[in-house]
Amino acid sequence: MTTTPSEHAPQEGAAPQAATREAAASLTGVETTARQLAAAVEPATGITGAESLVRSLEAVGVEVIFGIPGGAILPAYDPLFDSKVRHVLVRHEQGAGHAATGYAQATGRVGVCMATSGPGATNLVTPLADAHMDSVPIVAITGQVPSRSIGTDAFQEADIRGITMPVTKHNFLVTDAAEIPQRIAEAFHLAATGRPGPVLVDIPKDVLQATTDFSWPPRLDLPGYKPTTRPHGKQVREAAALIAAARRPVLYVGGGVIKAQASAELAELAALTGAPVVTTLMARGAFPDSHPQNLGMPGMHGNVTAVTALQKADVLVALGARFDDRVTGDLASFAPDALVVHADIDPAEIGKNRRADVPIVGDAKETISQLSEALRGEREAGRMPDLTAWWAQLDDWRERYPLGYDWPEDGSLSPQYVIERLGVIAGPDAIYAAGVGQHQMWAAQFVKYEKPGSWLNSGGLGTMGYAVPAAMGAKYGRPETTVWAIDGDGCFQMTNQELATCAIEGIPVKVAVINNGNLGMVRQWQTLFYEGRYSNTRLHARDADGKPKPVRIPDFVALAEALGCVGLRCESKDDVDAVIEKAMAINDAPVVIDFVVGHDAMVWPMVAAGASNDDILAARDVRPVFGEGQV
Amino acid sequence: MTRHTLSVLVENKSGVLARVSALFSRRAFNIESLAVGPTENPDLSRMTIVVDAESAPLEQITKQLNKLIEVIKIVELDSGAAVQRELLMVKVRAPMAERTQVLQTAELFRARVVDVNPETVTLEATGTPDKLQALLAVLAPLGIKEMAQSGTVALGRGPRSMSGAGTLRPVERTA
Repeated sequence: MTTTPSEHAPQEGAAPQAATREAAASLTGVETTARQLAAAVEPATGITGAESLVRSLEAVGVEVIFGIPGGAILPAYDPLFDSKVRHVLVRHEQGAGHAATGYAQATGRVGVCMATSGPGATNLVTPLADAHMDSVPIVAITGQVPSRSIGTDAFQEADIRGITMPVTKHNFLVTDAAEIPQRIAEAFHLAATGRPGPVLVDIPKDVLQATTDFSWPPRLDLPGYKPTTRPHGKQVREAAALIAAARRPVLYVGGGVIKAQASAELAELAALTGAPVVTTLMARGAFPDSHPQNLGMPGMHGNVTAVTALQKADVLVALGARFDDRVTGDLASFAPDALVVHADIDPAEIGKNRRADVPIVGDAKETISQLSEALRGEREAGRMPDLTAWWAQLDDWRERYPLGYDWPEDGSLSPQYVIERLGVIAGPDAIYAAGVGQHQMWAAQFVKYEKPGSWLNSGGLGTMGYAVPAAMGAKYGRPETTVWAIDGDGCFQMTNQELATCAIEGIPVKVAVINNGNLGMVRQWQTLFYEGRYSNTRLHARDADGKPKPVRIPDFVALAEALGCVGLRCESKDDVDAVIEKAMAINDAPVVIDFVVGHDAMVWPMVAAGASNDDILAARDVRPVFGEGQV
Repeated sequence: MTRHTLSVLVENKSGVLARVSALFSRRAFNIESLAVGPTENPDLSRMTIVVDAESAPLEQITKQLNKLIEVIKIVELDSGAAVQRELLMVKVRAPMAERTQVLQTAELFRARVVDVNPETVTLEATGTPDKLQALLAVLAPLGIKEMAQSGTVALGRGPRSMSGAGTLRPVERTA
């Protein structure tokens, strides 16, 4: 019988944490969309395609659209002027797309963005690709040149349907105004259900101007779309038997658990099995960091215990995760002794990178709860594992290789310290959105996440510039919640124009710019792999000898103020708490803090690209000793 | 090379061929041949795709195809349980002195003459890829001026169909 250490002991029917349940209750995207798609709305005759579009968006329950008008989409903006759907006028369409993504990730509802034809539409390509990689439900509406001009290289014409085919879950070109309600309903249905993702609806200008009728709900015509949400009972029982026989199991939790709002079910499964949990970059917050069974983040910059637990596991239970190369490292040497249970809503993910011994296709929420049910049966039959030795090993690694960082030798401010303090002061009720690079990894490591939907980032595509517009969308969707963008100075210079949008539209986000004057992660690789030859990674001004000049270009405080925000600066450890608290106290305007930090800090641990997870370095030149004999 | 023939029913809508062919190229799956045409149901088209499944496991190819919203059903057609045909048209050098040899070859392979002029003969032949390869091998020494070949089209043997009652078993959607 089980003799697990008490803090890891399986608990009988452990009640899901109240915070988790509350967060889950606010995340009801799929249900909301389904309800709206079924509700009857007063029909209309003799209206324009544009009016039909706006009525359809109202009918499907859209609260806000992030967008920019232009020639081809202009007919839609006229009825939108009188609609209850709010429109946030962004400064660049990329901002509109990421704002829709941040809104969707923070609320669980479908995010919506709108742009005109040609360059307006092509500016949406990056956020669409981003949402596609991270399975975020958004709908993009684009204007297109009039039907008769399509294919003539007309002014502001781009084949946006062709361009976005590989980066959307699906896309439509509407050719008849009568189709508009149906296409909008299908777009929202596709975006929100199954494996969520972005859907684009391209509407030529003459279709928006044509006279048509509107009725709701429309019939959905998607004969080839039947996502499997209910897991196969036999597979679930096989998985339970495998888990019950495991000696070194690990629950490998991915972003699908957050998308499926399955945190409460996961907490129950963790309690039932007593198994360690690792949460990937996309799953931070799916399981509380304060929980003793949470080993933290695996992957290229995961902690030693989480990475090594996967390597040494005998049974991996992958839940809504996709064996991404940033998690597995060299695939051939990843978790060599593990039997794999792989549960995902997308059958194509199963077996794509790693063979699954027990494949389960289904929604994570339903799969995990059925798995728990089957495991209760295993427990009643006295077949639950004794994980004492496994936990002794894991706890030993945790003790010997904790996450940590060194203060810079030159006395400059430590970026990790700034992010750690931000996490403590803003706390687990805040939402954190990061850009991409060193600051993103530190934000994933040193902020402690307790709730799903509190950590937003660009995991798959790695989109620099994601943070500010995503934070804007998140803050719009959850106005009562403090929303911090943790951004690098490189990322911040890609999309900070949306702070003007935030200032004017009354969306008081907070931004911590982790300003090291460099493209920090690229610089880190140059330090480690290119003999310190810093080719084109210095963002700060410098003289002819390459020495930094004492001038700030740009001056982020002045820039923030120019954009209508409060600008603050912090350059020393002693001021960190005070400046964060000052920013926390400002709720009527966006705030930007320029944290001027050292440029030599590096992200550790690290598994070099393409290397085996066995070769993880805890810090530079520090190779952990795992005590092979013990497991 | 491991060849597999997939019969794919898709919605008859614009852009479907682009989606399917783009999927193969962006995922680095190799297509041997692809043929598209109407079906008995005007709402559906049938694509017959011959894939080289060494480029990726067949399972991954069919799963990715199934993710395309407009793909209705995929069946793998075993060569033993299906009739597979390609169409070949070949223009062969055929001066009077060698014309008999060309026509005898055509007869052997049950190819039909569809165009004649003093210098060349154009033959039309249908058959399995192997048969057409054999025909080309015999014609090559005579001098092939030009040729055009279709992709494979195929139907399962027996009374069942992909879309009607008693349908063929689709490639599993679940793993």
